[in-house]
Amino acid sequence: MLSDWGAVFLFLAIGVVFGAGGIVTSFLFHPYRRTETKQEVYECGVDTVGPTWVQFKTGYFLYALLFVIFDVETIYLYPWAVKFQSLGLFAFIEMIIFIFILIVGLWYAWKEGALEWK
Amino acid sequence: MGENIFTGIASGLSGLLDGAGVPVLWNDVILMVVKLVAILVFILVNALWLVYMERKVAAYVQCRIGPNRVGPKGLLQTAADIGKLLSKEFTWNKYWDIVPYILAPVLIFVPPFMIYAVLPFGENMAAIDMNIGLFYFAAVASLTSIILWAGGWASNNKYSLVGAMRVVAQMVSYELPLVLALLGVVMLTGTLNMSEIVYAQENVWFIFTQPLAFLIYFVAGLAETNRTPFCLVEGESEIIAGPYTEYSGMGFAMFFLTEYASVMLISAMCTVAFLGGWLAPFGLTFIPSWLWFFLKMYVMIFIFMWVRWTYPRLRVDQLMGFGWKVLIPLCLANIFVTGVGMYIYRAIGW
Repeated sequence: MLSDWGAVFLFLAIGVVFGAGGIVTSFLFHPYRRTETKQEVYECGVDTVGPTWVQFKTGYFLYALLFVIFDVETIYLYPWAVKFQSLGLFAFIEMIIFIFILIVGLWYAWKEGALEWK
Repeated sequence: MGENIFTGIASGLSGLLDGAGVPVLWNDVILMVVKLVAILVFILVNALWLVYMERKVAAYVQCRIGPNRVGPKGLLQTAADIGKLLSKEFTWNKYWDIVPYILAPVLIFVPPFMIYAVLPFGENMAAIDMNIGLFYFAAVASLTSIILWAGGWASNNKYSLVGAMRVVAQMVSYELPLVLALLGVVMLTGTLNMSEIVYAQENVWFIFTQPLAFLIYFVAGLAETNRTPFCLVEGESEIIAGPYTEYSGMGFAMFFLTEYASVMLISAMCTVAFLGGWLAPFGLTFIPSWLWFFLKMYVMIFIFMWVRWTYPRLRVDQLMGFGWKVLIPLCLANIFVTGVGMYIYRAIGW
């Protein structure tokens, strides 16, 4: 028997082969004409100024940090939601408390301005 | 009529291989590869058609005619475009970080393709009837942002970098509402298996019992596929094409294909979770289940396109504010209301 994850692996492998195949096929068809200008960065038509890989705006990282917290919450919520109907009222109230703590966290981030785009 | 055509082909092929004395494992593998190729062809043909449909819908929304030169009514326009992209040079740039740059277009198609494996296209028509299908969807869908980020960063282009940063911020912010909206459905059904979720909607579709979740899912789905009004990622007038700026030829074509594959995927997931999947409404069972699934999926895709050509683009601060300050609190409220509602429902004892 082929297990579920074996089948998923097949999809993964064929997906990668398809992507690589598409790129390689285009290499067979397209022309190669390298010029000095063509190897420059495509921005506005003039030469690019300064390095690109620089320290970036921290606003993005604050969202990423918040995302990690809430994504972990979701991982806990899913098993609970599956068993919701058989777990009873106690588990429901516990989960309300759990979500409430996270809402307090969201409120704090909001108050401190982590959700503002500056 | 036609109801069992695909399942019939599968079991016929399996029986044939069994009769030829192929071991069980290889029988399964061969069958899975056949399903896989069928799904791949389904995606490619639909993506070709969707590009054409998008341009036609856009044209009619804007009182134009749209593509009508190549082939009858312009139907071969997309095929001609693919031919053109295939023959365009994959330009080489001396500033790239070459390994992630090449890997991004190779891998970008893999996450949506892997999710198609668990979609039930009709009764008993999921390639893998996975018991944690919905969770698998949430897990694999989030990989796309990493690949787009790799491509944008490796391009060593300032527009690409800004676009890639926006991709990560936007997809990360809207993934939470997307996943939390589906949680309401999971609470009602008590299962993560997609076929069982569809079966649970036999009496009433979840769009009626979970209308708020449906709306949140729809908005978050628009954002996850980077479509207008959330298309800041490739806002043409400001950052050229976002993370795709440096890509040419087939590299760009892979990103383009994936965009349409994702739109189809989000619509298909919406059909499964909220629109009753392949179940026939009003007892119209003479139309086969896979055709119902297909029709519902296309209705959702049409709404996606309609929205795209109706609304203007948002600003970054509006986008992030809307995701975190409106959608996520609404999602949590929806979970709470669903839970309380189910207890009231049980107490009344309907």
